[in-house]
Amino acid sequence: MTTTPTPARRRALRFGNRQQLQQILAFTGLVVIFAFFSFASPYFLDWPNVKGILLATSVTGIMALGATFVIATGGIDLSVGTGMTLCSVMTAVFLANIGLPLFVGVLGGLAIGALIGLVNGLNVSYLRLPPFIATLAMMMIAQGLSLVISGTKPIYFSDVAGFDQIAAGELIPGLPNAVLIFFVAAIVAGVVLSKTLAGRYALSIGSNEEATAISGVNVRRWKVVIYVIAGLFTGLAGVVLGSRLNSAQPGLGLGYELEAIAAVVIGGTSLRGGKATILGTVIGALIMATLTNGLRIMSIPQEWQRVAVGIVIILAVYADQLRRGKEA
Amino acid sequence: MSDSPALLRATGISKSFPGVRALDDVHLDLRHGEVLALVGENGAGKSTFMNLLSGVLQPDAGVMELNGAPMSPAGPRQANELGISVIHQEFHLMPDLTVAQNIFIGREPRRSGVIRDDELVRRAKALFERLGIPLDPRQPVSHLSVAGQQMVEIAKALSFDAQVLIMDEPTAALTETEVATLFRIVRDFISPRTGVIYVSHRMDEVKEISDRITVLRDGRYVDTLPTAETPTREVIAAMVGRQLEVGVRPDPTEPDPTQRPVVLSVRGLSTRKLLKDVSFELHRGEILGFAGLMGAGRTEVARAIIGADRSTGVIEVNGRPVTVRNPADAVRNGIGYLSEDRKRYGLLLDQDVVRNVMLSSLPGMTRAGFVRDTDGRRVAADMVRQLAIRTPSVTQTAKNLSGGNQQKVVLAKWLVRDCDVLIVDEPTRGIDVGAKDEIYTLLTGLAAQGKSIIVISSELPEVLRLADRIVVMCEGRVTGTLANADATQHDIMELATRFGADHLITTGDAE
Repeated sequence: MTTTPTPARRRALRFGNRQQLQQILAFTGLVVIFAFFSFASPYFLDWPNVKGILLATSVTGIMALGATFVIATGGIDLSVGTGMTLCSVMTAVFLANIGLPLFVGVLGGLAIGALIGLVNGLNVSYLRLPPFIATLAMMMIAQGLSLVISGTKPIYFSDVAGFDQIAAGELIPGLPNAVLIFFVAAIVAGVVLSKTLAGRYALSIGSNEEATAISGVNVRRWKVVIYVIAGLFTGLAGVVLGSRLNSAQPGLGLGYELEAIAAVVIGGTSLRGGKATILGTVIGALIMATLTNGLRIMSIPQEWQRVAVGIVIILAVYADQLRRGKEA
Repeated sequence: MSDSPALLRATGISKSFPGVRALDDVHLDLRHGEVLALVGENGAGKSTFMNLLSGVLQPDAGVMELNGAPMSPAGPRQANELGISVIHQEFHLMPDLTVAQNIFIGREPRRSGVIRDDELVRRAKALFERLGIPLDPRQPVSHLSVAGQQMVEIAKALSFDAQVLIMDEPTAALTETEVATLFRIVRDFISPRTGVIYVSHRMDEVKEISDRITVLRDGRYVDTLPTAETPTREVIAAMVGRQLEVGVRPDPTEPDPTQRPVVLSVRGLSTRKLLKDVSFELHRGEILGFAGLMGAGRTEVARAIIGADRSTGVIEVNGRPVTVRNPADAVRNGIGYLSEDRKRYGLLLDQDVVRNVMLSSLPGMTRAGFVRDTDGRRVAADMVRQLAIRTPSVTQTAKNLSGGNQQKVVLAKWLVRDCDVLIVDEPTRGIDVGAKDEIYTLLTGLAAQGKSIIVISSELPEVLRLADRIVVMCEGRVTGTLANADATQHDIMELATRFGADHLITTGDAE
């Protein structure tokens, strides 16, 4: 928010100030956590462990990317966790049960994600349900459908040649594809959020929905588009998760949505909407995974790991509030 | 007089925000028993100054004294306890609570922890009787008109045992009779131990109510003038640093706008709630004024035309009937709307000037689906220059601009979209005299370039100054359409009250 006198400096700070500060803050947090654990445990910085952290980040991270769009509009998406499971189950149905080609099955999984987003978007825009309620209902529907469709039993991809390579393969030697997919998805999400109409309108709607509508933006239609984008990421997360486990686990998924939302919030995105960055979300997701991993390496019991994550969320958002307070 | 301490004195007050020096060595002296008007253009620092006096902000430098004793309120509550009450321009009421609950929020009468509603209502009633305000304490605030809500704010401020009452643009939403009530309340409040700081843009009101006038300009103290001995012209000159014309009318344009093609034709526009059979035509390059009392339905006409509210009737753009279901349809047909409430309906307050200016035109600023930000910044910079928007840079956040400059940003948004028809609703509400003049010049210039403009205004001098023709409304109907040359304030008022409405129209700043 600093006013800069010279045009040159002004340009240099274009992305600076507000947006960058919140990312620097989150990034510093990540570095501090990394430094702490590498001192605390000699194994922490081993590549297999770092790879583990990145792998653990990938699925939640992809979900969080989608959630960032919805949160940018001032909405919330509670259906990403079980929605991801439904996408994973449907991908299994397409590939393992029906026997569609790999490519088609994966696209089918993404399409189910888009469909979930479409229904969420229509419910929010045209039935005027609050996003919390619309996606809470979808969370339950997706959970139920996953169980019904799978007959409550896991579906295995063992006979689908190459499916496990989606996550476990290494196009770049040493780096699992799941991580690569996450990073590529993040770049795509970043471009969509900052450079396309859907992203810009998401931020405008989050900033002031009424003014955006009066300005001639068809807010209802764009909201549907934004929920569909979020759904596509849910679908992608479902495919990657299925590939990692080499199976669709219909009982999984509940609670993942909160992990995703936590990652978004730690990254500095405002739940009130209007302010969101993808880089922040990526860092947020990394912080969550690093923390869990580090605490596990230090043999901290799982229950206490959750407590620690909770405290980090409080600290992260408090730091963000402090910064905002000074901004005024 | 000079040896007794002033009721409220502030000396050497300075306050900076990042990039802005809002106040620089300002002083103010409120005597016992007086009404001191505080005037200045938007951005002059009045709001900041009031926020310092009421403890919302703390000064970087300077001393404030209450009855000679130094004071530095750490927050609004503490200022209240010291006897300083503020009535803000914007309401801070809870719409679902009753009038009485709003007034006594945070200090409800209780017996063993349980709120005593009967006592609450009794106290509110007593307060209203004392102030002569006809309000029902049990009514939810959301049922009240804007003026009614204003009265609740005033009653709330006076329910504290205030010595100093600070009022920020208290009449912005009031009709003339309501203003008269307000002034009576202010006069009743004044006693040898109290004083009022009255912030306003309306010179006629300042003239009527104040004893002295303190003028700020660009965050600095200019002068304090005795109201009775200073002509309004001089006060305005002190505010803006130059002389202004007041009460002028437009030159008759050649050729007569009504001879030019009709750009927008509205026939039989009706809404379920208010509008009945509204019809009018807008010609190319014409400024059409909409006058009427509050609640006459002028804003409703605008909202119906842009599809923000449901309506029936025929709307034709350039002779072609159009269906407008939402503002997006209206914009596609070249109709843009500048709301009277620009913070709610006009601006993305948290975003910068570029994003605001681009908002309506984004689809045209993309290549292969990607927004070209360099274009946006260039266009925004052009607009900043063209409309003389005072901002340190195009990346300044909209909320940090003054009201007049915010209004220009909203105007810029529509100019970039290249709308043929602009509907401007109370274009100068909450804007100071100098910036008003600039907005008038801009609108007149746009009409000269061939834009067609509808100006909705509650200030008759504004309508008379801008409009070629004037549509007068009353209770949801058009009661007359006058050519500017034939129209007098008297004619317009007669039409505006044709159905026996009992309000009076606000006559604004004219002398």
